[in-house]
Amino acid sequence: MFENLSGKIENALRSLKGEGQISEINVAETMKEIRKALLDADVNYKVAKDFTAKVKEEALGQKILINVKPGQLLVKIVHDELTKLMGSTNEAIRFAKTGTTIILIAGLQGSGKTTFTGKLARLLKSQGRNVMLAACDVYRPAAIDQLQVLADQVGVELYKELDHKDAVKIANNAVAQAKKLNKDVLIIDTAGRLAVDEAMMNEIASVKASVNPNEILFVVDAMTGQDAVNTAKAFNEKLDFDGVVLTKLDGDTRGGAAISIRSVVEKPIKFISTGEKMEALDLFHPERMASRILGMGDVISLVERAQMIYDEEEALRIQKKIRKNELDFNDFLSQLNSIKKLGNLKDVMAMIPGMGKMVKDLDISDDAFKHIEAIIYSMTAQERAKPDILNGSRRKRIASGSGRTIQEVNDLIKQFDTMKKMMKQMNDSQGGKGMPGKMRVNPFGRR
Amino acid sequence: MAFFGFFGKKENKEKLEQGLTKTKTGFFDRLKSVVLGKSKVDDDVLDELEDVLIAGDVGVQTTLKIIKNIQNRVSADKYVSTSELDGILKEEVSSLLLRHTASDEIDFEVPSVENEGKKVPYVIMIVGVNGVGKTTTIGKLAYQLQLRGYSVLLGAADTFRAAAVDQLKLWAARVGVPIVEKGMNADPAAVAYEAVAEGIKQNVDVVIIDTAGRLHTKVNLMNELSKIKRSMTKALDNAPHEVILVLDASTGQNAIVQATEFTKATQVSALALTKLDGTAKGGVVIGISDMFRIPVKYLGVGEGINDLQVFDPKVFVDTLFDK
Repeated sequence: MFENLSGKIENALRSLKGEGQISEINVAETMKEIRKALLDADVNYKVAKDFTAKVKEEALGQKILINVKPGQLLVKIVHDELTKLMGSTNEAIRFAKTGTTIILIAGLQGSGKTTFTGKLARLLKSQGRNVMLAACDVYRPAAIDQLQVLADQVGVELYKELDHKDAVKIANNAVAQAKKLNKDVLIIDTAGRLAVDEAMMNEIASVKASVNPNEILFVVDAMTGQDAVNTAKAFNEKLDFDGVVLTKLDGDTRGGAAISIRSVVEKPIKFISTGEKMEALDLFHPERMASRILGMGDVISLVERAQMIYDEEEALRIQKKIRKNELDFNDFLSQLNSIKKLGNLKDVMAMIPGMGKMVKDLDISDDAFKHIEAIIYSMTAQERAKPDILNGSRRKRIASGSGRTIQEVNDLIKQFDTMKKMMKQMNDSQGGKGMPGKMRVNPFGRR
Repeated sequence: MAFFGFFGKKENKEKLEQGLTKTKTGFFDRLKSVVLGKSKVDDDVLDELEDVLIAGDVGVQTTLKIIKNIQNRVSADKYVSTSELDGILKEEVSSLLLRHTASDEIDFEVPSVENEGKKVPYVIMIVGVNGVGKTTTIGKLAYQLQLRGYSVLLGAADTFRAAAVDQLKLWAARVGVPIVEKGMNADPAAVAYEAVAEGIKQNVDVVIIDTAGRLHTKVNLMNELSKIKRSMTKALDNAPHEVILVLDASTGQNAIVQATEFTKATQVSALALTKLDGTAKGGVVIGISDMFRIPVKYLGVGEGINDLQVFDPKVFVDTLFDK
């Protein structure tokens, strides 16, 4: 995600290596580099200036301990300051104590409001809440259709009025309807608007005044440049929103908007959106993001995602099969599927400490497993359950059935055998309790 | 055609000026405050100038280049007063902008193309990341071309984003042009192929192909884009004749990576810069013009059907720097 920024800061810090003490001279060049890196990542120029000044101030007084290199020390200072800048804790949505929680979504055109609305509905629904959506974008052609498709996709109800063009009225009616139906949450999607468009800004202010939402979320494209600050300020002045949603963070290396917005409007970033799939939504954790910016990985997010899709029964079943050395291709397939549920493989790998830089130039697509799956799907039920019967002619049939070469089929079977042996060995050596039991990784010692 | 163009022009400049007012006041108020109380261009002034350019999304690399050029001129001319500074700045920026935009056309025009001696449609493919305003730009472009007597056909090859086909259909109806669509989740390459084939059959002047927004980091989706492009060549040699990358003016330095990656996948031949009516500075144009030999062709300055302009570098710089 932030590979570029972390890479550049790492480079900047490299020049410090081998120095015995942080001094005015050796820190100045590094600060310049850090500032440049921040600007390249679209961090607001004022924020970048303040930031480097603060880091420098912190750094200068520091004595170098014998076993800490100046570079490491500076990384820690940069990390701490970045965390501070983005807010120190994760903040959740505020729900109404009783009755329907009303969430209002606002932002510029094309920032990803409607997609986020769908994702948020999915998330809240998965937490057991009864969610309804309201379509108040009465301007963009087919905006309501788009929301309808997403509502159907995640399985929630949509309130819409196709023959009305009054967003305030529709929002009001939606609230009445949601209350009548005893919905836990109503998410109101609105039209994209420019901060300088007074009429439109007044419209959303009226929606706010009229429905009195519990939570207003400002959605902003993470690729936004220096202007992110102005826009966030303008929306905040008009709406006094509660939180920020950063979208399209899967795209690319930049994300300076995260740092600038938080520091300029002093509102927490609550969610980050990392893909077009409805599952691609994460809570924003400033500390983790700072680690990520510095290329220190994001193990906690990874573990959390893994836990969310973790199925205890399935794990026990597989563990039993490993013990009996009975692992088959059906198990393999189900494991593949759960890895896929973690999200885009590249994003997942970027969360592993030290991998950030390595995956930067790696081309991993969502379809990385497609060929493997094709091969397994071309096996008969019997073959999948009993891989031992896979002789030459069966392999040939599977190859032509899956459109892969025999060599690829052979490789997969070989890999599967090796994996099976390894897992059996690991299992034996751990007394059958270790793999692939529940992950207990908690390297940061929290919770 | 020229008749309409003549009428449109003055209005155009006003609209662009409106859109850029934010940029202009911001830029010049700050430049003035830089210059105030000083009679010579010193390091402080250049430092402040650097901030002004960075704040306008011009980007570190381009900003340093501009500053360096100014520094060189200052040291060559010795006594450059700050009142000359904005003249110099204007020249520097113009030179970056104008360098790769050779064409003098300032009206909506498409060349007529022939294949084996027969007139065929001029095929335009529209690409870009999510949410930059591709579909809206197509609607507005179709309208402007139609107004000037071109017959236009749209191809709905964004078959992925929810309701994208519906959105383009509404635009087609609004402008009054035919559309080729095969619904959602259809193969976009097949839609593009059919749209070009249909354009030949109906003998239209222009075919515009919409594609799904995609982040330039998604390898598969970028490959798909290349495939969509190839499928058009199968329907018509040399099609698409133009690939327009749509960029959101509020995008920061990422726009440069986008330009790089989309060019790799589809040989982008022109840029359209949208949402210039917001607070975005448009400085990104300077950076991109400097780094790529791809001209900026269109500017989106609002949501109305009329809010698309042909990019005129001269007007753009004049409007940006006029006091």
